[in-house]
Amino acid sequence: MHLDHTHDGASAVSADARRPDGSRRALRIGLGGPVGSGKTATVAALCRALRDELSLAVVTNDIYTREDAEFLLREAVLPPERITAVETGACPHTAIRDDISANLEAVEDLEDEVGPLDLILVESGGDNLTATFSKGLVDAQIFVIDVAGGDDIPRKGGPGVTTADLLVVNKTDLAPYVGSDLARMAADAKAQRAELPVVFQSLRTEAGVTAVAEWVRERLAAWTA
Amino acid sequence: MSRAALLVLADGRFPAGGHAHSGGAEAAVKAGRINGAASLEDFCRGRLNTAGLVSAALAAAAALGVDPALLDSAADARTPSPALRVAARRLGRQLMRAARATWPSGELDALARAFPKGAHQPVVLGLVARAAGLGPEDAAYCSAYESVSGPATATVRLLSLDPFDATGVLARLAPELDVVARAAADAARNVVDAGVDALPSASAPLLEIGAQAHAAWAVRLFAS
Repeated sequence: MHLDHTHDGASAVSADARRPDGSRRALRIGLGGPVGSGKTATVAALCRALRDELSLAVVTNDIYTREDAEFLLREAVLPPERITAVETGACPHTAIRDDISANLEAVEDLEDEVGPLDLILVESGGDNLTATFSKGLVDAQIFVIDVAGGDDIPRKGGPGVTTADLLVVNKTDLAPYVGSDLARMAADAKAQRAELPVVFQSLRTEAGVTAVAEWVRERLAAWTA
Repeated sequence: MSRAALLVLADGRFPAGGHAHSGGAEAAVKAGRINGAASLEDFCRGRLNTAGLVSAALAAAAALGVDPALLDSAADARTPSPALRVAARRLGRQLMRAARATWPSGELDALARAFPKGAHQPVVLGLVARAAGLGPEDAAYCSAYESVSGPATATVRLLSLDPFDATGVLARLAPELDVVARAAADAARNVVDAGVDALPSASAPLLEIGAQAHAAWAVRLFAS
């Protein structure tokens, strides 16, 4: 979706890399994955890791409440004006893939009101393994699963696991308690994703979100290059 | 003009944000006023002949080339609930975004500049119809149909209503939709000479009250 550039715009459209004033817009990274896999916790950890070096903002897509947005506000990971909640009409995957208009509006308002921004994290509501972000909404996407959701998820694949730019396997500290085989998950993920990267993380350890934050920095370096 | 453009614009999958709105159905379901196919039909019939008629006339007038700023004020005057005004402008802005990418037009660009946070959705819809080469009846049909298809789809999700029953409701309302769309287009043609006061001003107080209550809920599936 691109505007004919003879039409000057009051609002940027979709994937255009430039804002109406000609400046480069923020890099937009989507985080999707099943309910309870740790998307919001990962977003919170990323905000803490990156907020001193980057100007960033978050859009949440809750399914029926503002809980994810309120969690981020309560944790005070960012000032409240940098967090926006989008309502999704019972269909979180529609709002990030088929009809991205409300999310684009949220992204655009954040850039207008608290910009300039380097990075916007767009968190999907918890959904199923087929939920992916439209390329019109985000520049890269992270799919977050966890070891307690079943160590067969990487083997089952699906668009999220197979095509996400980064697969995060979260809550590795729980693996011994739920009988999940991390080596098997890694091998299955490799088989599904070939060269696409996979990060195993536990936000309860000291390393925490370090590897994901580093991946985000690399994407940002490529975006601004 | 391409008549098929009407199918593109009226398609429930047209990516203009409508999927997140229930057209008042969520509030009506919670209040017990919609609890099955029969009461969904009653609700839709009421909405079609009130809010649906008004929005169809606004859309038809915009499609005829009536000043959209005047129509936007007329829409405000016909929408007592602040929550519904916010929802209408948000949907108008989202439709504008989708339409400018699909049917680029100088008139749409001008409206986007005049209303960066969104004009009322029916007004935008009428201008979009114009940009797509459609006429006032087409715009009226599209708006009137949206006024009932939105609540019907939302009720399928809210009540797990049989989708065939919900679609049957829409089919049974089709003859009334014809009547409303024609009345709306007639009213719009009067606006050209008589001004925006010739627009219908039918109102459904429970829709307005329900929207205000709904906007304050902490837990809800739909934005309105």
